Amino acid sequence: MNKRGQNLRVVVADDEAPARSRIRDLLEDCAASLALEVVGEAVNGHALVNMLQNTQADVVLLDIRMPEMDGIEAAQHIQKLPDAPSVIFTTAYDAYAVKAFELHAVDYLVKPIRLRRLYDALARVRSVTPLSLEVLQQLTPEPRKHLSVQERGKLLLVPVDKVLFMRAELKYVTIRTAEREYLVEESLTRLEQEFHERFVRVHRSYLVSREHVESFERGADGSESGWIVKLRGLEEKLPVSRRQQHVMREFGRL
Amino acid sequence: MKSINQNVHQDALPDFGNLGVILRIVLIVLALSAFLALAQASNWQTVVPLFLEVSAPVQPVLVLSILILSGSSRWLRRLDYRTGVLVVVLVELLIVTVVYRAAGQFFGGDPSDQLGRYWLFTLAAAGLILYYFQLRNRALSPALTEARLQALQARIRPHFLFNSINAVLSLIRQAPKRAETALEDMAELFRVLMADNRALSTLASEIELTRQYLNIEQLRLGDRLGVEWHTENMPGEALIPPLVLQPLVENAVYHGIEPCSDTGVISINVYKARDEVHLVLRNPYRRDGNHHAGNKMALANIRERLALHFDAEASLKSSVSDEAYQVHIVIPYRTEAR
Repeated sequence: MNKRGQNLRVVVADDEAPARSRIRDLLEDCAASLALEVVGEAVNGHALVNMLQNTQADVVLLDIRMPEMDGIEAAQHIQKLPDAPSVIFTTAYDAYAVKAFELHAVDYLVKPIRLRRLYDALARVRSVTPLSLEVLQQLTPEPRKHLSVQERGKLLLVPVDKVLFMRAELKYVTIRTAEREYLVEESLTRLEQEFHERFVRVHRSYLVSREHVESFERGADGSESGWIVKLRGLEEKLPVSRRQQHVMREFGRL
Repeated sequence: MKSINQNVHQDALPDFGNLGVILRIVLIVLALSAFLALAQASNWQTVVPLFLEVSAPVQPVLVLSILILSGSSRWLRRLDYRTGVLVVVLVELLIVTVVYRAAGQFFGGDPSDQLGRYWLFTLAAAGLILYYFQLRNRALSPALTEARLQALQARIRPHFLFNSINAVLSLIRQAPKRAETALEDMAELFRVLMADNRALSTLASEIELTRQYLNIEQLRLGDRLGVEWHTENMPGEALIPPLVLQPLVENAVYHGIEPCSDTGVISINVYKARDEVHLVLRNPYRRDGNHHAGNKMALANIRERLALHFDAEASLKSSVSDEAYQVHIVIPYRTEAR
């Protein structure tokens, strides 16, 4: 049947119970001619990411509109898992997403799902190239609500609104919450583009959370412009570069 | 009544009992008086005294006219339009004559009998006002149809339609009975959605429709959707434009319930206070929601339809507190169409 000669392991993610049970029914129908098994169900993106930490799956049937974390964000996080499953999006109606799917040739199914379509999508799942992060990011105009961090083989989800600042390192970015630091394998420029509403660049290597800015102070050393920024809930003070000094005006030069 | 009344427009007298109509008449008459004063005045200083002089005899006529016309509004509107106009003009002429004669009695009348001149003014003013209302009526009628169509599009949210069909499909194998009920509810809902919704319907049927809608949503959302009804003091016979409450509840589900994992409660409170019917809808509110455009459109749409039916006597207010979103609608209590 497939390359490992074993069942296709399917996970269903949808916030509505009837929608999940409908897909289960259809999967049972498919099972007659396609070796598959349902290995898990999730009620939102967050739950899905957590479940996939411990459950190996080949494909996720992923609803787009879900509470807590939507399907498109969840897909971005699970790409970072070792042996990430393929994703087939499902949606009842979402003009924007469907247009994006068409544009980027992403696999999707519209609900109510037809048996034939589901069967075809599952049958070719092994041959489909996995979705790239870039494509996934282009599927939605909305920034993610979480950043995913790989740590000791685990995937941690850090809520973006808990992040105080982001600092560019050589190959990765350090993000800092009130509790601790995490390493993220993304570029600061990309993060700045995605989160420009929440974060502002104060220095070549620093993005700070607008809502956490407490004050700008005349700092002594370590800052070429002579200004430093103080964030709420953080001892450490960050430098403001001469080029980015203009952002202080935005805060009324506190 | 003609059987095909889809686009046939009929002229009709305005509802003289309506606050908005009364307000418009008063404003037009005052504006005319001011205009007259302006035309007579030789310089700016004399405008105000002249205005007072002109409007002094106008006021009693205006008050009497409003009292008589609003009192007989229901009867007047039953007449055919031409007859109605004739009756209104005759009534006005009669009022002017009575007021003129009475003023003559009290203040020792004019030496020169000017009644003819006042009749001419009356004819001009009455003609102008009736013509204005006829134009307004014509201008608004296509809007009514337009609003209906626009409302229809905004209301059948494709998202709801496809999700509900999906939910019913999932029931067919496991719970055929429930699938039947769900399809019946859907049929009822769509029958109303697709009907000609220009006439008023009753509050009781609007509430019933909203319940059927919520039954369908309950299928999909299960425990996540909690509903609190407070309809003990509801005047079920009161008239209301159809599809005022249901689309608001649909918004509440879309913006207030669906984005949350845990139970959210929609509370619907319908009651009568003095001569007004109040509908208060409350749902949980999430600040990070970004679907406000659709909601604003629905509110504007309902506001417009309320205005078309009740003019200034109906209102719709929405407010946001920390965790709740509230819409409060007030409409006049009526049990028969005017």
